[in-house]
Amino acid sequence: MQGATALTSDPSRPFVYTARDYATHIMAVADAEIRKLRHDPWELGSRAIQPILWLVLFGEVMAQVRGLTSGSQRYLDFLAPGILAQSVLFVAIFYGISAIWERDLGVLHRYMVSPAPRSALVIGKALSSSIRGLSQALVIYLCAALMGVQLNFDPAHILIVVLLIVVGSGLFSTFSLIIACIVKTRERFMGIGQVLTMPIFFASNAIYPISLMPGWLKTVSALNPLTYEVDGLRAMMLEGGVSSFGIATDFSVLLACAAIVTMVATAMYPRMTQ
Amino acid sequence: MNDSLSERNATGPNHVVETSALTRRFGTFTAVDSVSFSVSAGEIFGLIGPNGAGKTTLVKMLTTMLPPSSGQGLVAGFDIAKQAAQVRRRIGYVPQLLSADRELTGYENLLLSTRLYLIPAAERAKKIEAALNMMGLTEVRGRLARDYSGGMLRRLEIAQSTMHQPAILFLDEPTVGLDPDGRNAVWDHVRALRQQIGAAIVMTTHYMDEAEEMCDRVAVMHQARFAAVGTPKELCALVGPQATLDDVFVALTGHEIKKGEQHDAGRHSVNQ
Repeated sequence: MQGATALTSDPSRPFVYTARDYATHIMAVADAEIRKLRHDPWELGSRAIQPILWLVLFGEVMAQVRGLTSGSQRYLDFLAPGILAQSVLFVAIFYGISAIWERDLGVLHRYMVSPAPRSALVIGKALSSSIRGLSQALVIYLCAALMGVQLNFDPAHILIVVLLIVVGSGLFSTFSLIIACIVKTRERFMGIGQVLTMPIFFASNAIYPISLMPGWLKTVSALNPLTYEVDGLRAMMLEGGVSSFGIATDFSVLLACAAIVTMVATAMYPRMTQ
Repeated sequence: MNDSLSERNATGPNHVVETSALTRRFGTFTAVDSVSFSVSAGEIFGLIGPNGAGKTTLVKMLTTMLPPSSGQGLVAGFDIAKQAAQVRRRIGYVPQLLSADRELTGYENLLLSTRLYLIPAAERAKKIEAALNMMGLTEVRGRLARDYSGGMLRRLEIAQSTMHQPAILFLDEPTVGLDPDGRNAVWDHVRALRQQIGAAIVMTTHYMDEAEEMCDRVAVMHQARFAAVGTPKELCALVGPQATLDDVFVALTGHEIKKGEQHDAGRHSVNQ
């Protein structure tokens, strides 16, 4: 009965919630996801196939087209950061499916009755998506290096690439979570996921420069966070890479978008178990 | 109204749950209609009633997953609407669905719970060992929960929900879908757990024999309201000298309890 005594001794004393508790909650959620990946590494392996195919098939063919890139830049060099951003997007955008799956199973209920603030749940999930994104980066760096892409291995550049992927993954996976909160079923999500991925990908600078776009599409691409992700990656990943908007702008846009989707998802996530 | 409830709680007996006209509407549909009741510390309180009577909605409000439309509820002395974070620190909840993560091992599921409930890092290993031992899961601690039987999963979930020594444990259909052995094992463990941590238990069930045997008091819920509340004996006496809770259920709700209905509670199939 020592537990009962401990509780009744001062049951009305409110618990104080500290910043450290918040960190514990975020890491608890992210750690659970990482452990799941460790139990089933096949998932990561199978996800690595698509970007390799893009680089090898699409990249090699399009490299024959003149005028896609300015000056002396090889198309493969131009493409590699775009494909990295793309695979981060593709992995993250279907994240909502697993959120719906967790709701259907009942796993989400356990999180929702726990003392973890909803924002900690959202951020923890976003971080775990970043881990998936980083594993994609590893594969793409390897593949790109083998294909002769002029990669920049300067540690400072690598660190910024990592940060860009972490923020980008978190942003798109949390966006996906919001969609999941709206559509509520896996079937509907599958349809919506495809519809969303196409414009985000093609209305960006991932596989062709913005200068080739008609005016209206230029406007759309300027509002598309993926454009800034690609721009930052292109500057940091490549030897002699240059950012069109400036790394600071790229980061600010991505962080602002991430903050907005996190706030929206925090408000909407609890509705999934109501 | 609000003040009177708070005052009563502050001065009255040690109630861990106390509601006043608690109501939840979904559009024009009223799922829980002005329910007022209380549960004392250490008590086992059963909620029975046909599917759709409002049991799960009531439990979702008390566990802070669903805000009430009107009325008030205090759980462990804190307001479920205004002090949800404080309530969550003091309750355990085992949902009707299988809430253990099947892609994690039993140990990892418990580790996750110790972190979610902010059990200090130094105490986690000891608490997890004790919980595994108590629930008879020590040998399968390293196996993925997807390989557990239905009964083992339930015990794991109960362990996950009680490591922080909650003042109230909410069990939603805790034994549905389990074979008799699995049911007995779950109940043995719940009883032992109650002895140990002294938590009150609020449970919903479709099994009348279970309610009769386990619960100190039972509420029969029908069409969003409490049709009757009392000890199993008191409820049976309402209907007749030889009556069982089954008869009470039929008399109050007009529902026959069919064999099939007992097993049909929306729970996902468990791999046996």
